[in-house]
Amino acid sequence: MKILVPLKRVADPDNANKVKVNAGKLVTTGLEWKPNPFDEYAVETALRLTENGTATKTRQGEVVVVTFGPKDSETTLRAMLGTGADRAIRVDTGDDQIDGDVVARALKALVEKEKPDLVLCGKQAVDGDSGQVGQQLAEYLGWPQATFAGSIESEGDKALLVGREVDGGTIKLRVELPAVVSVDLRIVAPKSVKSVHTPATHAYPEGVRFAALMAIMAAKKKPLAEVKLADLTSDAAPKIQYLDYELPPARKAGVKVKDVTELVTRLKTEAKVV
Amino acid sequence: MSMLLSRRDLSFLLYEWLDVESLTKRERFSLHSRETFDAVLSTCERIATERFAPHAKKSDEEEPKLVDDVVVLPREVKPALAAFAEAGLVTAGMGAEVGGMQLPMAVEKAGFAYFLAANVGTASYPLLTIGAANLLLAYGSEEQIERYVTPMTTGHTFGTMCLSEEHAGSSVGDISTRAVPSPSGDRYRLFGSKMWISGGDHELSENIVHLVLAKVPGGPPGTKGISLFAVPKWIEGAGGARVRNDVSVVGLNHKMGYRGTVNALLAFGDGKHTIDGEAGAVGELVGELHGGMKAMFHMMNEARITVGLGAAALGSTAFLHSLAYARSRPQGRKLGERDATTPQVPIVAHADVKRMLLAQKAYAEGAIALGLYCANLVDEARTADTEEARDEAKRLLEILTPIAKSWPSQHCLEGTSLAIQVHGGYGYTRDYPVERMYRDNRLNPIHEGTHGIQAMDLLGRKVPMQGGRALFDLAARMRATIARALAVRDEGSQRLAGALEAMVARLGEVTAKVLGAGDPEKILANAAVYLEATGHVVLAWTWLELALVAGKNMGRAEDSDFYRGKLAACRYFFAYELPKVGPMLALVESLDTTTVTMKDAWF
Ligand SMILES: Cc1cc2nc3c(=O)[nH]c(=O)nc-3n(C[C@H](O)[C@H](O)[C@H](O)COP(=O)(O)OP(=O)(O)OC[C@H]3O[C@@H](n4cnc5c(N)ncnc54)[C@H](O)[C@@H]3O)c2cc1C
Repeated sequence: MKILVPLKRVADPDNANKVKVNAGKLVTTGLEWKPNPFDEYAVETALRLTENGTATKTRQGEVVVVTFGPKDSETTLRAMLGTGADRAIRVDTGDDQIDGDVVARALKALVEKEKPDLVLCGKQAVDGDSGQVGQQLAEYLGWPQATFAGSIESEGDKALLVGREVDGGTIKLRVELPAVVSVDLRIVAPKSVKSVHTPATHAYPEGVRFAALMAIMAAKKKPLAEVKLADLTSDAAPKIQYLDYELPPARKAGVKVKDVTELVTRLKTEAKVV
Repeated sequence: MSMLLSRRDLSFLLYEWLDVESLTKRERFSLHSRETFDAVLSTCERIATERFAPHAKKSDEEEPKLVDDVVVLPREVKPALAAFAEAGLVTAGMGAEVGGMQLPMAVEKAGFAYFLAANVGTASYPLLTIGAANLLLAYGSEEQIERYVTPMTTGHTFGTMCLSEEHAGSSVGDISTRAVPSPSGDRYRLFGSKMWISGGDHELSENIVHLVLAKVPGGPPGTKGISLFAVPKWIEGAGGARVRNDVSVVGLNHKMGYRGTVNALLAFGDGKHTIDGEAGAVGELVGELHGGMKAMFHMMNEARITVGLGAAALGSTAFLHSLAYARSRPQGRKLGERDATTPQVPIVAHADVKRMLLAQKAYAEGAIALGLYCANLVDEARTADTEEARDEAKRLLEILTPIAKSWPSQHCLEGTSLAIQVHGGYGYTRDYPVERMYRDNRLNPIHEGTHGIQAMDLLGRKVPMQGGRALFDLAARMRATIARALAVRDEGSQRLAGALEAMVARLGEVTAKVLGAGDPEKILANAAVYLEATGHVVLAWTWLELALVAGKNMGRAEDSDFYRGKLAACRYFFAYELPKVGPMLALVESLDTTTVTMKDAWF
């Protein structure tokens, strides 16, 4: 099975207090970058689907990771090659601001070239929290899609049985390949993913795998191609315009009220919540 | 942001200050690039955060127990160590011939610092194993490397170092463990007991190889008669069977901190597990007969730098915890704010709290810098282009080792104490991790040579060595930094350079005077004060180095908060710490003999 995983780097969410806004733009210098966690889960899922859990080193397919960004976003791609992805593509966007729709259209062109059996993506990026690329891509490709997957089982690499968590239980959907699937956190639980080769009893360690040192060295030799955004889509103008950013207001100090009556009054008249 | 170490700081130290990227021009490191260094650091950060840190509290609360002769540890320890080994971290700094990744030592140690910060109790096992493997690589025969190092590299065998005995700790020359050669002479039988052995017994690995100092009867007395032996817990018997060697646990020590590291009193050759019907632990000589101290120092020198770095890593994580607390704890109002209805400010707004945070920052970040500087010297000593440069690096390493071990052990312990102070009463409870960090850090001035022993090593051995050459080398490096600072045309740099220059000159003067005192008792009476004063001068120099880099790079980068923080910490060190050196050196210079003439009975 050949799997394409789009990957975004995001400013380290733990450093959110460092984010600055200048003239309606986010200042990104000095931020530490991290792969979007849901995309990391997607890569982990792709690796699990293309190997036999007990013999993780023998690959049974190909995992191609792709990112959109400037040259230094290649670090994120190399990191994924270090954890086991086979090949990487960077769509060069310079520092231009793009939106999910541009990404989806460019990905469509890339998918038509690469012809993967499956596009696996994170359910959303934790910076903008838009959560749209996967769905848009499926629409543009006319492929079936399953979103927020918590478990995936391969049925002979022809179809996937995808478990989605819903209120009160899990829905199982069968999607025929090729398809687009987006993944949620539970996908990296020990028994969430089964490739055609994975023994039924196999359990992975919880979470995303670490890049072993030897694999980091090997990743240097893995192919990483650069593609121009203009070669994938003639129209790279974003549909979404970001007018302004503002930081959430700092929390204001609380006040002491004398009694419940005053509390209720103020909740009604000032906070207007009751 | 990691609560273990600041990745931004590590990048600053490795790339902006030490320029480890330039090492990739050298043969040994030629396969590397910044990208591989960064990837390794990320792997270390993740394994430390996800597999080591989560059980630090549990390992502290459930100290190792001996149940039916088996050491029981929390179940999280073993998989954490397996992840460490599977990632290839045991051999990260070793040569390709043993499957190593040939990382520069500064990068390897920076990565390892994450584990020391996350959970020093669990990190000790690989610390000891890596040290033991490096010793064997330097002194072992080819067969010994194959037999012991190979399984260490994959995490199947762990190592220990067995020097101390109940009656012989600081005074290693007085050990009484004996090693008796077998009639054929190729094996030895060891008899005696070893106290305080970290990782002395456990079920975490298939085998444990103890590196044991012992005396072969008939040898010279004292340290000159000590040899080194590899004594595995399990040896190979007839037909490859695993046979239990005659090493057994007599008891476990119940420690104040560092509890995740099992610490045992071991009996060698007490007949509990006889081999071929006879008592005596079977061991192999490593290196030369009576050459044990030299070989063991290979491991000890490495361990001393790592102990210093461990103290710094604990200081760092305690600092980050107390910083986060100070930012979130509202208490009191700014001076001059009379209106009691205004909201309270977070305590980080108070000058005295900032003093405690600055002190921690100056101690911890300075100590990490010093540790990585020393690690970098190890690479210089090994791979610098000229013999001259390699020799200079070796001398610098010799003189800096007691400082790199002791200074962080003393001051980052104080740092962890300040971290408790910042937390107020909450810091004194077990609901917050800083009291554990303090207890863990309290070990560092004791093991791997106590503070007092390091002091004597510095003033009694390292300074006078080769006519004082190492100290001259060190002073020359400091003067070069001072010259660079003087060339920066701002008042601040000039002032700092001037202050350091004066102290370097004083240190030289006082050193000459003390060493000229003749009587060793007089010379060494205040060695500990000398160690602390020299340490402070070294750290002031380190901070000046860091401030110069910060000043240079501040202009072109936008994360100026980071660089301003460095400059502020440097200023703090020069304003609050460096002035302490004057009185310390004055005391040393006075050759005061209060401690020498004090009589036991007068206490
Ligand atoms: C948790 C822990 C782990 C350890 N792990 C190991 C290990 O893995 N392997 C191992 O071999 N050892 C280990 N040790 C032992 C450690 O190295 C010794 O405790 C240390 O060397 C001090 O020896 P001692 O405890 O016998 O104290 P002593 O040597 O009795 O010292 C007591 C005090 O006297 C001072 N002193 C001693 N001699 C002199 C002198 N000549 N001049 C001036 N002052 C002196 C010391 O500085 C100290 O303050 C460990 C110890 C601890 C506590």
